[in-house]
Amino acid sequence: MSSKDLILGRVRAALADDPAVPEVPRSYRREFPPADLDVLIDRLVDYKAVVHRGSDVAAIVGDIIGAGTLVVPPGLPKSWLPPESPARVDAAPGIGLGPETGPHSWLDQAAIVAADGVVTGAAVAIAETGTIVLDGSPDQGRRILTLLPDLHICVLRPDQVVASVPEAIARLDPARPLTWISGPSATSDIELNRVEGVHGPRNLHVIIWEAA
Amino acid sequence: MTFLGMPLAHAPRGVGHLRGDEPFPRAARTALANPQLRRNVQHATTTIRGKSGRVIAELPDWQDLRAAGSALKAYTMANLPRLLEQLEAKVTEAGGVVHWAADAAEANRIVTGLVRATGEQRVLKIKSMATQEIGLNEALADAGITPVETDLAELIVQLGDDKPSHILVPAIHRNRSEIREIFLRAMPGVDPALTDDPPVLAAAARRYLRETFLTTKVAVSGANFGIAETGTLTVVESEGNGRMCLTLPDTLITVMGIEKVVPTWQDLEVFLQLLPRASTGERMNPYTSMWQGVTPGDGPQSFHLVLLDNGRSAVLADEVGRSALHCIRCSACLNVCPVYERTGGHAYGSVYPGPIGAVLSPQLTGVEDNASLPYASSLCGACFDACPVKIDIPSILVHLRNQVPHPAAEKAVMAAAAYTMDRPRLYARAQRAAKFTKLVGKRGRGLPPPLNGWSAARDLPTPPPESFRDWWRSR
Repeated sequence: MSSKDLILGRVRAALADDPAVPEVPRSYRREFPPADLDVLIDRLVDYKAVVHRGSDVAAIVGDIIGAGTLVVPPGLPKSWLPPESPARVDAAPGIGLGPETGPHSWLDQAAIVAADGVVTGAAVAIAETGTIVLDGSPDQGRRILTLLPDLHICVLRPDQVVASVPEAIARLDPARPLTWISGPSATSDIELNRVEGVHGPRNLHVIIWEAA
Repeated sequence: MTFLGMPLAHAPRGVGHLRGDEPFPRAARTALANPQLRRNVQHATTTIRGKSGRVIAELPDWQDLRAAGSALKAYTMANLPRLLEQLEAKVTEAGGVVHWAADAAEANRIVTGLVRATGEQRVLKIKSMATQEIGLNEALADAGITPVETDLAELIVQLGDDKPSHILVPAIHRNRSEIREIFLRAMPGVDPALTDDPPVLAAAARRYLRETFLTTKVAVSGANFGIAETGTLTVVESEGNGRMCLTLPDTLITVMGIEKVVPTWQDLEVFLQLLPRASTGERMNPYTSMWQGVTPGDGPQSFHLVLLDNGRSAVLADEVGRSALHCIRCSACLNVCPVYERTGGHAYGSVYPGPIGAVLSPQLTGVEDNASLPYASSLCGACFDACPVKIDIPSILVHLRNQVPHPAAEKAVMAAAAYTMDRPRLYARAQRAAKFTKLVGKRGRGLPPPLNGWSAARDLPTPPPESFRDWWRSR
């Protein structure tokens, strides 16, 4: 008998009393008003993210990164990058930010480690919990890209912000690799208090991109 | 209990960490004599209770979420065979390989074999209760493979040559200055000027593990949720060590208890609201990773899922006790438990301490192997109130107490007492006889052997000079 058959056999025998299958009560909140950006900002700041609002994303990114080096995913809008800060693009061979930037290839790990920061878009953000979610779309890139640099700059459009966890789940695709991010890397392992700064990016900047 | 056709398969002896070296009362005495440990645990549990209470109060529908979580778990258990097969099919479709492990020994064999096949000598570990339970680190070490714990608290435990004492924060029994001392003593290349400031300690762990993350080709994780409908696996964490392990290596091996399956993607909306608020007292934990099989070009290109029984099917067979499998490992019940707060986690002997451990460990091993744990509780009920999926831990404790083998003398006395109390005239005579007073002796001394074990943890009431019945009759 295979272990699978053995385990499933044991489980079926354990359920021989035919336990009642309850109806799952979905009385928790599932309808929400439009997301309140102030709530999102309050929650982001509470968990030590730095929040910016404005229409000139490139200028804000330039202020944050200064003379530092950036890596970016292949589908990031070029208009989000300050012209004076040449960003290295992480893309499948032959894909680039646009015809004028030429073809690119996957960055090796060392190049990502060496970068001072990464700029991405996001799939969705949750106001109530102060969470941004990345789903590996072309403006967010491979997971490694947002993991190794110590600074993550994430650009959000207001229409990507939902109020609650159920709305975010409804918008997301479970077939994609998803990373839910709520503030910079932190730990509760020392005396059960939240302390920022362990293995993930220690600096999280969120730019809320509002039309001019 | 249900015994139909198949014998119960408990977690085997001799492998893993579900059984302590000594019974709870003796182990607890050692812990109670350590004032530093008691201060550390009390400080940490007080902190987390406050944080958790504040963020739970922000949700107007907390009780509705608990009700949904509880029902979802009951639904899952009732449909476990179908959901497990669905999960297997979906993970396989997405490029993963699913293995079934009947017990700890088989799971260790599977994981060790998979690591060997890669030719690697070192694996990254994400904190995982399942791999702690089966003693995977010891099995890997026996095979010449070095497991590197990457969670800060697990690292503190590993460097301190210590044992985990909490589900969520295995080093909860250590305060910042003790952690500093462990790092100074055991962390290669640590800055000798290290202070005990928590951010400085966190930064030391970051530096120490960075190179290991970048150069290790295999990682082993647990899973918080496995979605049957989609094959999506989920790991909830804080530090980013989980993201490192789930992203950088070529090979990822995930060990998941069979009870961790969740029916649908939508159901995550319940658990992702319950878990962080109940566990670390955060609106959301810093990082949650979700993946389906293998994503070409992104993350590990070889993914294995090991589904673990190791006594879970035996727990499922108990109609009262099976709801212990609903546990989502948040550890809220530990943080509110007056017994845990005083003894810490080591006294429970198992990797699952606290109230949930007191109901889960004896059921996984068979109650005779953890016979003292159902008594490691005052039945105050705080755990039931705190549980985000409403596991009625006190009722399971009482149920298990009835299964614990009792000494013949105690049984005889209880039977005699029951007989007497059933018969009013006999009872009145017994009261008047006052022989009980002589037998008991002075208050606090307890009963003579062989009944002293029974009275050691119970104060016997001093018999009144006049019983209520006598007083009533004399009016």
